Amino acid sequence: MQLRRFYRVVDDRVGTSTVLRKALAKVFPDHWTFMFGEIALYSFITLILTGLFLTLFFVPSTAETTYQGVYEPLAGTEISAAFASTVSLSFDVRAGLLFRQAHHWSALIFIAAIVMHLLRIFFTAAYRRPREINWLIGVTMLALALLNGFTGYSMPDDLLSGTGLRIIYSVILSIPLLGPWLAFLIFGGEFPGDAIVPRLFITHVFLVPAALVVLISAHLAIVVRQKHSQFPGPGRGESNTVGSRFWPAYTMRTIALFAAVLAVAFALGGVAQINPVWIYGPYGPAQATSPAQPDWYVAWGDGALRLFPPVEFTVFGYLVPAPFLPGVVVGGLIFVLLYAWPFIDRRLSRDTATHELLQRPRDHPVRVAIGAGSLAFLAILLIAAVDDVIARFTHLPVVAVLWVLRVLALLLPFVVGAVAYAITRSVRDRSAPDPEPTAASPPAQRGEQPEPAGIDLWHNRLNETWRWRWRGREGRELISHVAFLDRDSAVAGAQLAYPDTPIDDVTPPPTPPRPITGRAGSALLAIALLAIGRRRRGNGRRTGR
Amino acid sequence: MSAEPLRQRQAGIRIRIAFIVATLAGAAFAVCYAVDAGEQALGLTIALAFGSIAYGLGAWARLLLPTGGYVQSREPSLRRPREESLLIQEFTEEPSPVNRRSLLGLLGLAGTTIGAALLFPLRSLYPPGQPAPLTELRQTPWRFGPRLVTTDGQPVRPTMVTTEATLTVLPEGNLEAGDAPAFVVRVPGPGQDGGTIHAYSLLCTHAGCPVALYESTTARVLCPCHQSVFDLRDAAKPIAGPAARPLPALPIAVDADGFLRATGDFTSPPGPGFWGR
Repeated sequence: MQLRRFYRVVDDRVGTSTVLRKALAKVFPDHWTFMFGEIALYSFITLILTGLFLTLFFVPSTAETTYQGVYEPLAGTEISAAFASTVSLSFDVRAGLLFRQAHHWSALIFIAAIVMHLLRIFFTAAYRRPREINWLIGVTMLALALLNGFTGYSMPDDLLSGTGLRIIYSVILSIPLLGPWLAFLIFGGEFPGDAIVPRLFITHVFLVPAALVVLISAHLAIVVRQKHSQFPGPGRGESNTVGSRFWPAYTMRTIALFAAVLAVAFALGGVAQINPVWIYGPYGPAQATSPAQPDWYVAWGDGALRLFPPVEFTVFGYLVPAPFLPGVVVGGLIFVLLYAWPFIDRRLSRDTATHELLQRPRDHPVRVAIGAGSLAFLAILLIAAVDDVIARFTHLPVVAVLWVLRVLALLLPFVVGAVAYAITRSVRDRSAPDPEPTAASPPAQRGEQPEPAGIDLWHNRLNETWRWRWRGREGRELISHVAFLDRDSAVAGAQLAYPDTPIDDVTPPPTPPRPITGRAGSALLAIALLAIGRRRRGNGRRTGR
Repeated sequence: MSAEPLRQRQAGIRIRIAFIVATLAGAAFAVCYAVDAGEQALGLTIALAFGSIAYGLGAWARLLLPTGGYVQSREPSLRRPREESLLIQEFTEEPSPVNRRSLLGLLGLAGTTIGAALLFPLRSLYPPGQPAPLTELRQTPWRFGPRLVTTDGQPVRPTMVTTEATLTVLPEGNLEAGDAPAFVVRVPGPGQDGGTIHAYSLLCTHAGCPVALYESTTARVLCPCHQSVFDLRDAAKPIAGPAARPLPALPIAVDADGFLRATGDFTSPPGPGFWGR
């Protein structure tokens, strides 16, 4: 009752009920591949929450300080404030290491989830009209996520990340004409300099996250406006969306996913050591670690630097250094192709129509072949980043490993692409009821016979609303996502979702809409437990300080 | 119909247990923090708390709430042609400012100029007054005079240089410079038994990592970052990996006190290549 009174105050002043009713009733398709984007979103929130804690302790400065913490090997040594505060965060701040490691693991999950989300979109052709804008925003967010991952692990001024930073400096330096100026502007002078750590910090904690928040908001707003795409299926078409309502089932499910992401991040952060900077030691320009591998999401770039032959050439007498082609051109080309893909696809398939139904990967062997081949190429680059480790374990000379990988990088994409094409075709042919697709039954529509469908429309006297229900074969049925205020809008909705389908008035409803079955008692108990749990945790933290 | 309530009751019990576990685990996290039980205990308790919430809510959604089976209609196009043309009309027709081409042109000029002018302060990222990047890149602290010192500042005598390992050296009085690190090592020649002292830049000519790994039997240095190999018997030329240029040599001599001194800067700019090198 309290809640109801409070809501009336808000509604009276802002008038939110229409919008909120619509929001609660929004339909989300039920398919597990649709979760990757949500995982990315929730790991981003995890990153912000854990990162906020870290910023309270990290000192973004290369000024020399004396480390005076409990970590014995560095006690009393003169190290940079950035490195000293990172070591302090790991050993001297209680729960600091948990948050540091949970933050790092979340970053790995974040980028992995983005990549999986991108692959889902790619292989099901969800980027087609009208979703090209969201594809472009998504690719931009991937680039920003990579940038923020890199700036994040470069900040502590440890030996491994300092070496990585030096490689990036060399790659920037290699850009024709602009390289030296660009590198000096970014680093504030010749490498290493004292300007770069504070600049990495403000980029990492403000510039890029702010840009990501803006882009995520746009991404989600567009999804809401356009509604989700969906796989073909009974009752599903270009003019409807089938799935669960946002409230209650989907809300519970998505909060569960958020909790699961937090659980995984903190479990890994608690037990799985990551980026132990105290083992690498502080950065010194004359020192190096071996073996030296970056985080997985930039490793393909490092692999490209390792694989590419020693090619340096001059243009008008000016040197174009070796890192330029693998470091700038290869990476740039990959992103240009990603950005351009929806438009390449449109050109190749001559398909400019609007699509709300996804394509099943098996129906498009060429796309699967291109995707699999590209993944194989990136996988080889990723593996190349550990060529020294492979050489150590196989007792082969590293040069031999390098040559094998060079050959694989050029051959494997085509082999994998061809195999993927063959497999996809055979799967498609076996799953197809009609081995010879005709123009009348294009691949995307196969498996969808016209159903002897009908729509029931009924009036609910309890709250004076109208609802309808789609009936398919074998007793399938789909209920309208919302209760309509009048008959006309209910009919309009039904006709929009299923054009040319007869509507029957039925009274009373043959079976009531599936009851919302959560028992009031258990719901209340759970909410009470949640509230108590939260409060207790909060109290504990406060008393612990 | 009779089986349904039982299934729901069982689900309710499981969800209840999950939320109780979450409560206990959350409290355990607080206790672990208070008694400083370590990162593992903290991580596992909070993970268990969130994991139980995830399980409980997941089961709640799956077993007690209607999942799937709803349909929402979707308009064939979000475009409203009539509204679109009205909007364009309102935006462009008199007295719309967009038709005042001459005024707009001047406004655009002003805006572009201000925008371009505001880019100038970006130059402060590399403070004006400093030497040009190419000048900085081409020179290092090495010149005629400074002694070679180890990383902890000890001056180097020829006797300290062995055939077994490279010795990292820096110019005396400038231990922090990023482009100065060099190394000395004794490379046995074909006839001589003692070998001659070679001094080269430590920075790989590919991406600037220190070429810190030395193979004394073949007199080769190896870069740990991208596995470039340089042959010290052949003027430090690259023989494998992505590096394309030899390591620049450091001219050295023995002074009157028996210490190694530089007699000039590296034979070419050290480290990664750059436009205008």
